[in-house]
This record gives sequence, C-alpha cells and structure tokens, in this order.
Amino acid sequence: MNNSLVSITDYSKEEILSILDSARDFEANPNRKSLDGKVVATLFFEPSTRTRLSFETAVIRLGGKVIGFSDAATSSASKGETLNDTIHMVSCYADAIVMRHPLEGAARYASEISPVPVVNAGDGANQHPSQTLLDLYSILKTQGTLENLKICMVGDLKYGRTVHSLIQAMSHFTPTFKFIAPDELKIPEEYRIFCRKKNIPFTESNELNDNFNDADILYMTRVQKERFQDLMEYERVKNVYTLQNEMLENTKPNLRVLHPLPRVNEISMDVDKNEKAYYFQQAQNGLYVRQAILSKVLNIANNE
Amino acid sequence: MEKELKVAALRNGTVIDHIPADKLFQVVSILRLKYYDHPLTIGNNFDSKKMGVKGIIKISDRFLAEDETSKIALIAPNAKINIIKEYQVIEKRALVLGEEIHDVMHCANPVCITNHQPIPTKFFVIKDEDKVRLKCQYCEREVAQDEIKLKKK
Ligand SMILES: [Zn+2]
Repeated sequence: MNNSLVSITDYSKEEILSILDSARDFEANPNRKSLDGKVVATLFFEPSTRTRLSFETAVIRLGGKVIGFSDAATSSASKGETLNDTIHMVSCYADAIVMRHPLEGAARYASEISPVPVVNAGDGANQHPSQTLLDLYSILKTQGTLENLKICMVGDLKYGRTVHSLIQAMSHFTPTFKFIAPDELKIPEEYRIFCRKKNIPFTESNELNDNFNDADILYMTRVQKERFQDLMEYERVKNVYTLQNEMLENTKPNLRVLHPLPRVNEISMDVDKNEKAYYFQQAQNGLYVRQAILSKVLNIANNE
Repeated sequence: MEKELKVAALRNGTVIDHIPADKLFQVVSILRLKYYDHPLTIGNNFDSKKMGVKGIIKISDRFLAEDETSKIALIAPNAKINIIKEYQVIEKRALVLGEEIHDVMHCANPVCITNHQPIPTKFFVIKDEDKVRLKCQYCEREVAQDEIKLKKK
C-alpha cells in the first residue's frame, strides 16, 4: 500500500486534522521550494479545468513541475490503451499522479497498480477527496471548529458526491444534519443508515424555505436537469431551490453559505455580496488544501 | 419415497438441498459440474413445503471448497449442504459468506471501472441483521443480494 488518497474514508480523523493544519500553514506561505525536482502528472481523462488548474498551481507554487493531459481525447487512452498501461507508463516519469476519470473506482484501481502515489481528483460520481478536504477547511476557517456544528445540505443529495463525502468526513465531529432536497433527489438510504449507526441526528425536508435559521453551514449543491425524468418537475424545483438573499435575513451571524462550484442558478447573484456568502473563498482554499495533500502523499514535511 | 431417492443413492459426497429452482443451474455452473465424471444427480422442481419448488444436487466423492460454498451462499443463501459418508449425513454445513468476495460477481454499477477494463472484482460483505449487502472495492457502491450477477468462467 502506498500513500495514495482515493477516498475521504482513507483518512482517519487525525489525518484529516493534520491536513487542515498543514493547509493553514500553506495559506500563510503558499510559495515554497519543497517540491523542487519533483514531477507531478495530472491525468484528466475527462476535462475539469477548475480542479486541474488548482492542482497544477499547487505543484508549481511549491517549485515542482507538471506533466499530463487535460482531456482523454488527447491521450493514448483514446487509442484504447488500458488504464493499467497508462498508469505504468506515467509512473516511469512522475513522482505522483493526480487523476480524474469518468468511471467510478478508476482511482482506487490506479492506486493499487501504481508504484507512485495517486491522488483522486474525481472518479465519476464517486469520490473527490480534495473537494471534501477543502470543504472541511472552509468550515473550520469560518466556524473556528469542526465540532458540534449544524450543517444544512441543499439540492441534489442523491447524486451529489460532495454531499456524501462531506457526511462521511463530518461524522468524526458530532454534527447535526438537515437534508433539504426535492423528492427525486433525496439522500440515499445508505447515508441514513450511516448516520443512524454513528448516532448522528438528522432531519429531512423537501422545501428550501423551511427554515435553516439554526444552521452554522448552508451547503448548497447543483441541481442538474439531467437528473430529472420529468422536466416539468425540474422547472418547478429549479425555482424553489434557488437561495435568495432575503432568505438569509434571520440566520445565525456565523452562518456561511458554501457551494462546490460551478453554480448554475441555485444561488441568486444577490447573495454574492452578503458577508455570509463564502463560496468564492472556499474555492481559493482548494489551493492550500491541495498543497497539503501533495506534500503528504509525497512524504514532504512542511518546513522543507 | 422422495427422501429415499435423494439421499440413499449417495454413498460418499455432498448434497446441496433447498436450492431455489431458478438458481439451480447457476449452482451447477459455479461447481463446474458439466465436466464432473463421477456419479451426479441434478434434480429440479421437487415439491417443497417451505419453498414451493426446489432444486437439489447430489455429488459423489466431492466435498466443497470454501470459495465454492461462499459462491453458493451469494446466490442461494438458504440452501442446505449435507456431507455424506457411508450413506449417513455426518455434517450439516451452514452457508456463510466470507468477508470478501473475489472475482466471482460483476458490479451492478454500469459506470464502475470493473465493467469497462479487465479488472478482477472485489466486494466486501456487509451483514446487517438478516440482510447481506456487498460493497464494491472500486466504485464503493453497494450491491443488494438480489442484484448479484455472477461472472461466467
Ligand atoms: Zn463497482
């Protein structure tokens, strides 16, 4: 077993906290030479400019170099090369691999066969642990703690992988959840079982304007048209599930609104200037968290 | 009379009883009985008080390996295995699933990497009260017992 990060469940509570600690350190001083002489491959079998640029910036600001591809069409995978062969070829050149793949489980498989550590940058609808860690970092930064928080999750709770991973990660910190989703996109039963097993209290609702006035974090997700069989239902849901600025009026002063981005119309533009809107800073936090992840998988101490 | 027919004919070997009739031929293929050259009885659609109809397999001179029992446990968890020596049932073996299932079944998730690349599957067995769920090592999705599709070998 190498140092790969495939799923948020690969990390213990202590490892999560140590990554967040290290991210804070990188935020204070993001430009270093600790990856001097290291090569990181970014293999994007499906495009995701946002995630790729964040990882590549993280490497470059630490003095490392980047190789890779940003789209499967330009890689040998489009000529039918197996993932096994691509990973073996790339690990001849790189010290670590950051990989995004449309198929679920691709990163786990890559981590099993790769001689160098693999960081999962998203495998289909499954896991995207650097997103989860930056969500945690954003929660910690804005609330000063991860313990005993009330977290309200809104939108596509059925397919939204960021939601599922965040539930798993937050389960270490005695949270309370409120799940707000249209009936088609309700939280899957396995996560209800998960919460019950861990004694995590949760409530469910299908109306956004149900109050979230006692929440510390409002975690919004994208409601995608493709998820609906009934397009009339989508049209209805789309409007009901848009967060408007006035809905934040009676919320707690420490409440922050998070969203993994990109947003479509789940958050009205007039929320952007509200001091409770945190989604743009959240994205920025991704850089420091990814610097922390890369340093950990490459066994590089922060003070180097 | 029926009992006579099923057990008495077997001197040494294994009887697998209470196989759901629609799973009988899957069990036959798991055990690769097509190529078995000792005496063998395969019966199906016998009356059963508990199940309506059932299948039964009697195999002379063969005792099942652990991975064979776990494969049968996957598709016919309520089947009963009796080990016969000198016409006597000397052991009734319960079907228990191991903790992991290697390369026996497909993942039910169509976008799982194992359904697109030549990768052996691996599942973790999660036992919840009387239900069994199988969690894919790769896509992390859970497959319910009635969704199981065995690999053809
Ligand atoms: Zn799978």
